[in-house]
Amino acid sequence: MTAKISYDSVEVGTELTAQSFPVSRATLVRYAGASGDFNPIHWNEKFAVEVGLPDVIAHGMFTMAEAIRVVTDWVGDPAAVVEYGVRFTKPVVVPNDDKGALIEVSAKVAVKLDDNRVRVDLVAMSGGQKVLGMSRAVVQLA
Amino acid sequence: MALDQSFVGRSYPPTDPYEVGREKIREFAEAVGDTNPAYTDAEAAKAFGHPDVIAPPTFVFAISFKAAGLVIEDPQLGLDYSRVVHGDQKFAYTRPVRAGDRLTVTSTIEAIKSLAGNDILDIRGEVHDEAGEHVVTAWTKLVARAAEPAAEGA
Repeated sequence: MTAKISYDSVEVGTELTAQSFPVSRATLVRYAGASGDFNPIHWNEKFAVEVGLPDVIAHGMFTMAEAIRVVTDWVGDPAAVVEYGVRFTKPVVVPNDDKGALIEVSAKVAVKLDDNRVRVDLVAMSGGQKVLGMSRAVVQLA
Repeated sequence: MALDQSFVGRSYPPTDPYEVGREKIREFAEAVGDTNPAYTDAEAAKAFGHPDVIAPPTFVFAISFKAAGLVIEDPQLGLDYSRVVHGDQKFAYTRPVRAGDRLTVTSTIEAIKSLAGNDILDIRGEVHDEAGEHVVTAWTKLVARAAEPAAEGA
């Protein structure tokens, strides 16, 4: 494991570079294939509405995968992420138009732990709503 | 109807090994738009100290969730999967998943709760490699929403 960020260089409150991730219906179809999650709520508007959703929604695991990129891009080696957990609070609604949806992720160092580890707290927003809650990663730094 | 508390602590048999392929990792990384070379370039992964390309942190969910199907589809437990949403997900890694791994998953029901008519099920998946070494633990919280009152006249 070779993190490019040193433990000594970060403080509680250090902000990671925020990122925005666009999501279209094509993105979801591609993710469905790669992940094997073919639940029709992620690609079939008629089905999604019938089960009470406003529209097709992104896979929660897709949002989780995007959010951690803020951390892995920061630290370099993805293996530096030793723990990662989220709560799925609101769905990311993905309309079938030119724009789709946007997942906006910010993150900051919340706690400095022992053994050169830090806890990073993430916030993921879409459509003005928090889509991930209690989103935290423990990261092994150099 | 609330789920049977006696299922708490129950473990299911380990799954058949899932062989992690380089191209599957590449496909997953491309699907989430992640260009970190550790996922696609063995030399880049080696520069980080890994023997081969590694998988993104959430990749293993596809394997652990498939294993959780043993719990979800257990007719004795009787979970109504059509009402299930994914509540929480957490991973704790001993090491990253990498190409060539042959992974088995052992699922255990950690908790069953009933809250406002919702059934909440916590499943822990322990993922091990072919040598029996621990790779990652995946905790999945599923929420089966309360059945709506029967429609009028139904």
